[in-house]
Amino acid sequence: MTISIQPTNNPPEKLQPKGWLKYFSFSLDHKVIGLQYLVCGFLFYLIGGVLAGAIRIELTSPLSDFMPREVYNQVLTLHGTIMIFLWIVPVVNGAFGNYLIPFYVGARDMAFPRLNAVAFWLIPPAGLMLITSYFINGAAQSGWTAYPPLSITTPAAGQIIWILSVLLLGGSSIFGGINFIATILKLRRPGLKLMQLPMYCWAMLGTSILVVLSTPVLAGTLILLSFDIVAHTGFFNPSLGGNVVVYQHLFWFYSHPAVYIMVLPAFGLVSEILPVHSRKPLFGYTTMVFSIMGIVVLGLVVWAHHMFTSGTPPWMRLFFTIATAFIAVPTGIKFFNWVATLWGGKISLNAAMLFSCGFIVNFVLGGITGVALAQVPFDVHVHDTYFVVAHFHYIVYGGSVFVIFSSIYHWFPKFTGRMLNENLGRFHFIITFIGFNLCFAPQHWLGLNGMPRRVAEYDPQFQLVNQISSVGALIMALSTLPFLWNIFQSFFYGIKAGNNPWHALTPEWLTTSPPPVENWEGEAPLVLEPYGYGKKEPIEIIKTEEE
Amino acid sequence: MTSIAPKEQSSEKEVQTEEHEDLRLFGLIAFLIADGMTFAGFFAAYLTFKAVNPLMPDAIYELELALPTLNTILLLASSFTFHRAGKFLESNKAKDCQKWLLITGGLGVAFLISQMVEYFTLPFGLTDNLFASTFYALTGFHGLHVTLGSIMIMIIWWQTRVPSGRVTNQNKFPFEAAELYWHFVDGIWVVLFIILYLL
Ligand code: HEM
Ligand SMILES: [Cu+2]
Repeated sequence: MTISIQPTNNPPEKLQPKGWLKYFSFSLDHKVIGLQYLVCGFLFYLIGGVLAGAIRIELTSPLSDFMPREVYNQVLTLHGTIMIFLWIVPVVNGAFGNYLIPFYVGARDMAFPRLNAVAFWLIPPAGLMLITSYFINGAAQSGWTAYPPLSITTPAAGQIIWILSVLLLGGSSIFGGINFIATILKLRRPGLKLMQLPMYCWAMLGTSILVVLSTPVLAGTLILLSFDIVAHTGFFNPSLGGNVVVYQHLFWFYSHPAVYIMVLPAFGLVSEILPVHSRKPLFGYTTMVFSIMGIVVLGLVVWAHHMFTSGTPPWMRLFFTIATAFIAVPTGIKFFNWVATLWGGKISLNAAMLFSCGFIVNFVLGGITGVALAQVPFDVHVHDTYFVVAHFHYIVYGGSVFVIFSSIYHWFPKFTGRMLNENLGRFHFIITFIGFNLCFAPQHWLGLNGMPRRVAEYDPQFQLVNQISSVGALIMALSTLPFLWNIFQSFFYGIKAGNNPWHALTPEWLTTSPPPVENWEGEAPLVLEPYGYGKKEPIEIIKTEEE
Repeated sequence: MTSIAPKEQSSEKEVQTEEHEDLRLFGLIAFLIADGMTFAGFFAAYLTFKAVNPLMPDAIYELELALPTLNTILLLASSFTFHRAGKFLESNKAKDCQKWLLITGGLGVAFLISQMVEYFTLPFGLTDNLFASTFYALTGFHGLHVTLGSIMIMIIWWQTRVPSGRVTNQNKFPFEAAELYWHFVDGIWVVLFIILYLL
C-alpha cells in the first residue's frame, strides 16, 4: 500500500471554511469533526443534566409534587436517551475517535471524510427532534429501553419521534463505525504494525465491530416497534398475539454491547493517559489487546442477563450467568494492567491523572455490583430497583464520564494550544468525585431495600436517603461550573501549551498545537513505541527513519 | 526506540488529503454486514415467534410455492446476468454490457411485479396475525432492497452508455458496488425463501 500525497485531490475550497466558522460547516477535517462531536455532545450533556436535576428534585419527597407523573416519565426517558445516545456514545467514539485515530495510524484524515461529516450532522437534528417532541405532544414515556407494551400504549407521537431520533443516531453510529474500521485496518502508515498501535486504536476497533454488528439489530427492532404503534401490527403486542420477550432479546442484543460501546473507548483513552502522567510504559500491551477482543466476543453473548425476570428458562439463566461471569476476566485483566502501569511510576497528580484514577476506583465498584447482578438469585431481588441504577451509573458516569473529563484535561492543550488551569481542574475533580459518590452510593442501599426505579413516588421510609442522594446530585451539578469557567478562561488566557506539554510520545503530540489541517508538515512520523517512557533519553533520541 | 521521519523543507503550501488505496468497496462490505445483521434480527424474531407463539388454527396457511419459486429463479438469474454485464464492461464492450444490464434490471422489476401479485393473492393482510405481520415485514424489507437495487441498476445502465456515460472500465466502482449489493440482496432472498416458505 502506498500513500502518496496528491495535491490535485484537495477538497474544494468552499468545503473548508476558515476560522471558527468551520465548526458550523460541513467540514471534512477529522479534527474539526471531532471537536464538533465533543462540543455538541457536551451541550446535550448539559440538557441531560438539567433533566437529571429535575428527577432528583422530584425524588426529594415521596409524593410526585414537583411534576405530574407523565412529565416525570418523559423527563426520565429523555434523560436516559440523551445521556446515552447524544453524550457518551458520540463523545467517547465520535469526538476522541475522530480527533485521535488518524494521528495514531499516521493518516491525514479518516478513510471516508465525507461519510464522517454526514455521520456527525445526523446528530444535531436527531437530538433537536427528540427534545422538541417534549414541547409538541409530549415526549416518549417508556424509558430508554422502550419496552412494549408500555411503548405501544403510551401516547404515540412522542414514541414515534423517539424511534426516528434513535434510528438517526444509530445510523450515525454505524457510519462512524465503518469509518473507524477502515481507517484503523487500512490507513496505517507504511511500517506501522497493528501491534504497535496505541491502545485506543484497539479499543476503537473492538467498539466499531460491536457497533456494526449490533446497532442494525436495534434499528430493525425499532422499525417493527413503530409498525406496532402506527399500523397496529402485533409483533410485540400480547393482546394481538405478539411476544414482548422477543423485543427484549433483540433490544438487549444491541444494548448490552452498547454498554461496551460506551466503556471500551473509555478503556482505550485511560490507557493513553495513564502512561503519560506516570512516565511508565503501558503494562501488558498484548494482554490488553486480547482482553479487548475477548470483551467484544463475550459482549455479544451475555445480553439476557438483563432478562432474568422475564420468564427466561433455566438453561438460559445458567448460560447467561456464566457468560457474564466470564466477561469479568478480561475486564479484570485490564484493571490490573492499569494498576500495574501506575505502580512505581513517577505520577503527576494533575487533573487528567486524578480523573483517570477516579475512573479506576468507580469502575471497579460498578464492575463488582455488575458481577453480583449477573447472579440470578441476587438479580431476581434487585432487578428494576435502584441497585441497578447505582450499578450502571458507577459504570457510565463514574467510568465513561470521568474518562471524558480526564481526556479533556489531557488533550485540551492539543485542541487549543493552551493549558487548562490545573488547580481548578483538581478542584473540579474533588467535588465531582464527592458529589458522584454521595449521589449514587446510597442508591445501592435504596435498591437493596426495595425501592423500585423509574417511579416518581416512593415509600416514605426512603426519603432521607433519597435526599442525601439529591444533595450529591446538586454537588455534581455545581461541579460543572469550575469546569466551564476553566474552559472559557483558558481558551482565551491560558498558558501557551507548546507542541508537547506532557512530553508524551504518541503521534498527536509530534505536531503543533493545534495541528495543521494536514496533521503534520511533511511525512507522518513513524512511532514504533508509543509507550516508551522511562528510558534514559526519551524524546531526544529521535532517529531518522529509513524505510 | 522512537523514530520520527525528518521534517521536510516545506516550501510550497501543504496539502490536505492523500491518496490511499480505494477503500470504498471495503466500506460497502462493512455496510452490507451491518445490513445483513438487520435481516438476521428479523429472521431471529420470526423463528422465535414461530417456536414460542403457537398460532390459532385459522392463522396457519399453506403458502403457494409457485410464485416464490419463480421469484427465486428470477433473482438468481439476475445475479448471473449482472455478472455477465460486468465481463462485457471489462472487455470494453459497452453495448453488450448495457444489454445485459437492461436484462438484469428487467428481472429485478419482474421480481417486484410477481411479488406484488403474490401480495394481492394472499389470504391474509398485514395486521391479521403475528405470522402475517412478520411475513410482510420480512418480504417488504427485502422488496425495498430490490427496489433500491433496481433503481441503481437503471442508473448504471444509463451511465454505461457510450460515449458520455461515466461508468467505464476505468471507473468501475459504481458498477462493482451495485453488483455486490445485488448479490447480497439475492443471497438474503435465498435465506428468506428457505426460512419463510420451506421451513
Ligand atoms: C463486569 C461487567 C458487568 C457486569 C457483570 C454487568 C452486569 C449487569 C447486569 C446483570 C445487569 C442487569 C441488572 C438488572 O436489570 O436486573 C446490568 C445492568 C446494566 N448494566 Fe451492567 N454489567 C457490567 C458492566 C457494565 C458496563 C461496562 C456498563 C456500561 C458501560 C454497564 C451498564 C449497565 C446498564 C446501563 C444496565 C441497566 C440496564 C437497564 O435495566 O436499564 N454494565 N449489568
Ligand atoms: Cu448487560
